[in-house]
Amino acid sequence: MAKRLDIKDLNLFYGKFHAVENVSLAVPPKNVTAFIGPSGCGKSTVLRSLNRMHEVAPGARVEGKVLLDGEDIYASTVDPVEVRRTIGMVFQRPNPFPTMSIRDNVVAGLKLAGMKNKRELDEVAERSLRGANLWNEVKDRLDRPGGGLSGGQQQRLCIARAIAVQPDVLLMDEPCSALDPISTLAIEDLITELKKEYTIVIVTHNMQQAARVSDQTAFFNLLGVGQPGQLIEVDDTEKIFSNPGQKATEDYISGRFG
Amino acid sequence: MSTNLADPTRLATPPTFQAVSLARRIKNGFATTLVWGAFLVAIIPLVWVLYTVVQRGFPVILDGDWWQKSLSGLLARQQGGGAYHAIYGTLVQGLVCGIISVPIGIMIAIYLVEYGGRSKLSKATTFMVDILTGVPSIVAALFVYTVWITYFGFGRSAFAVSLALVLLMVPVVVRTTEEMLKIVPDELREASYALGIPKWKTIVKIVIPTALSGILTGIMLALARVMGETAPVLVLASYAPFINYNLFDGPMASLPLMMTNERNNPTPAGFERIWGAAITLVLIITLFNLLATVISRALAPKTK
Repeated sequence: MAKRLDIKDLNLFYGKFHAVENVSLAVPPKNVTAFIGPSGCGKSTVLRSLNRMHEVAPGARVEGKVLLDGEDIYASTVDPVEVRRTIGMVFQRPNPFPTMSIRDNVVAGLKLAGMKNKRELDEVAERSLRGANLWNEVKDRLDRPGGGLSGGQQQRLCIARAIAVQPDVLLMDEPCSALDPISTLAIEDLITELKKEYTIVIVTHNMQQAARVSDQTAFFNLLGVGQPGQLIEVDDTEKIFSNPGQKATEDYISGRFG
Repeated sequence: MSTNLADPTRLATPPTFQAVSLARRIKNGFATTLVWGAFLVAIIPLVWVLYTVVQRGFPVILDGDWWQKSLSGLLARQQGGGAYHAIYGTLVQGLVCGIISVPIGIMIAIYLVEYGGRSKLSKATTFMVDILTGVPSIVAALFVYTVWITYFGFGRSAFAVSLALVLLMVPVVVRTTEEMLKIVPDELREASYALGIPKWKTIVKIVIPTALSGILTGIMLALARVMGETAPVLVLASYAPFINYNLFDGPMASLPLMMTNERNNPTPAGFERIWGAAITLVLIITLFNLLATVISRALAPKTK
C-alpha cells in the first residue's frame, strides 16, 4: 500500500516565473512529512507537483523527477489521471461536491471510475467514513447533502473521499487552516491514525501542528521577492524544532524573521 | 473617572455620536425617491400590459374550441374557431429549435470555459457569439432564406423557421451556460482531478450538475424569446389558418404570426383572436418558466 516518494532536482515554474528551485527530498513510507515555511515560499506548489496537480494551472511547468517507489510520475508514458488516483490530495478549504449526498461524495472517485456494485460501494463508504472518524456522526444521514455538514465534518468528509480510492500517498494542503481548534484536533488525531497505512505529506502554517503530527519536517524559504523558493533543510521533526542545522530555520521557527 | 461614577448618564466629554445630519437625510430621501420612481416606471407598464392582455384575452381562451380547433374554413368576420394550429406551430418550432440549439450552445460554452482558455479560437468564438446576440430576427430569417431555400433549394417550411430561431437561441444559451460554468468553483474541479477522475468526466459529472439549475433557467428564457418571434415565421413558412403537422413542408402558423395576420382583420372576431393568441403565448411561456423553476429547485445544490 504505502509507497515512498523521492523528489529529485525539482524545479517548478508558472510561465516564466521560477517558483521553486532545486528541491530534492525523500518521503519514507508510513510517515508524516510536514512542509513549513513563510507564505509564497512554494511549499504548496511543491505539494501540488507531487500528484501532477501543478500542471493544471495554465502555463505551469515542471522540471526534475518525482519517483514513487522508483517510478517517475513525470515520465512521458505516465497518465496524470493514474498518478492522481494513486496519490490523493486534501485541500485547504473543504470542497465536498455540492450536488452529491454524503455517501456519494465518499464514493465519487470509485463511482465515476465505473464501479457500480451498490453493496460494495456502501462498504467502501462505511470503511472510509470510519477511517476518517466521521461514521458515527453521519451514519444516520448518508443520503443528505454533504454541504450541510460543519466545516470540520466537511473536511473529514473530503479525507474520507480521498482515502476511499485507496491511494498510496496522501497529500494535505493546509487541511486545518479553515477549521476551529476542536476540528483541528480531530483531523490531527486522524492523521496519526492514517499514518499506519498511508504515506502522508502535509503543508502547514501552524508550527505546533507540524511538531505534533509529523515525523520529518522540511523547511522552505524565500530569499527575496521574485526569487524562487528553496528547500532550506529537511530533518527529523524533533531535530528541526530543537536543534536545526540552519540559522534560517531556527529564526523562522522561533519567530525571528524579516 | 470617579466623578462619572456618580451619574453614568452625564457625559464628561462632548458626545461622540450625533444624530443623522440634515444633509444626509435629504440625500437619503432623494435616493430613495429615485429608486422607488425607477421601480414604478418599470412596473406600471408591465402590470398594465398584463392586465390588458388578461382582460381582453381571457374570455376568448375559456372556450374549449380555442384549444382544439384551427381557423380553417372560417371567414374573417366569422366568430369561433381556435388557435390550435398556431399553438402547435409555436410549440413545435420552438421545440425543434431547442433540440438543435441546446447541445450546440452547451458544448460551445464548455469549450470556452473548460478548454479554450485565452486561445485565439476562444476569443474569436466569444466575439462571434457577441455579434450573434445582437442580430435582429429578420436578418437571421433572411440569412436562412438565402442559404437553406435559395442556395440548397429546400422549400419554405417550419423547419427553416426553426433553423433561423437556432441562430437567435444559440448565443443566449452560450452566454448563460458560460456564466454558470464560470461560477462553479475551481476547487471542485481540482477535488475531482485529485480523485483520479479524468477531465471530461469531471465536466460531465461534477461541473455541469453543479451549474445545471442555472443553465436550465437560461435555456427557458432563450426559448421564451424565440417563441415570441414573428419575422422568421413570416419569411420562412408564412401563415396558414389550418393545421399543418408537416415540419418540412408547407406554411405553418405560430401565435405571434397569427396575431400579426389578424391585425388586418377589422372585425370583432379578429380582435378576439389577437388577444386570445397573446394570452395563450404568455401562458405557454409562463408554464415553461414554472417548469424550469421546479426542475431547477429539484436539481440545485442543497445544504439541508
